Amino acid sequence: MTTHPLGQDFAVGQGLPAKVFIINRESLIRYANASGDQNPIHQDEAFAKSVGLENVIAHGMFTMGLVGHYVSQIAGGNSQVREFSARFIKPVIVPAERDVELKVHATVVEIHSETIRLEITATCEHTKVLGMAKALIGVIHQ
Amino acid sequence: MLNPDLVGRTIVGVSSTQISEEAIAIFASALGHHGHTAADAAPPTFGITLTLSESQTLLQGSGLDWNRVVHGDQRFEIFQPLYAGMILSCNCTVESARAVAGNEIVTVRSDLISEEQTVVSSWSTLVFRG
Repeated sequence: MTTHPLGQDFAVGQGLPAKVFIINRESLIRYANASGDQNPIHQDEAFAKSVGLENVIAHGMFTMGLVGHYVSQIAGGNSQVREFSARFIKPVIVPAERDVELKVHATVVEIHSETIRLEITATCEHTKVLGMAKALIGVIHQ
Repeated sequence: MLNPDLVGRTIVGVSSTQISEEAIAIFASALGHHGHTAADAAPPTFGITLTLSESQTLLQGSGLDWNRVVHGDQRFEIFQPLYAGMILSCNCTVESARAVAGNEIVTVRSDLISEEQTVVSSWSTLVFRG
């Protein structure tokens, strides 16, 4: 067992508490403004459809950013995240009229002397949207 | 089709950007993290706000249509967390480019440099749909 800054103990194979994030058109606009990524496929339904998409889709980096927030909370702060990677395997489709739920869940896969590796699943309406999502976080021995 | 000469090409960032507390707070808040303070590091994906536009500059004139790009995958290695006040420049390199099933798949590595040290390395794989 390894103790992390929040005082939790980790073991290999352990699942960590899941978290649900709400995504909607407003949250996509906030992310577009915060990140500078104003690609219209993330805001403009007519444009998104004109380029062959089913509807507006979330920025991959928005989804990954939400997962990053979850990982930071597990790690005890943004400063404890050492590596973070993901593959965008399915778009998060965001219709105008309702919220979409992104469910995020991490499992401990490796424990080292100063770090822990997590594997993360992110699903949207029962579809996995990220593949190979992994993070390496720092741990503080107490 | 990407000009094969672009592979291995690096652009060394000439301009540097000072990260503002406000930019980090707005980014954190957009991800649902409210109450971010100057003492907190930036979210782990914050570097993308600096690297994506540099990648776009690197690929300008490549013949690839930026309107048809989809993000394939993304990786960050964070050697030093980013904080407000840091002054960063960005070096970008096209690490690979290949054509698969009519799409062009390009991987760009971006290094964020502070005081001559690489603080974050980021790899973005971009899929240009054919």
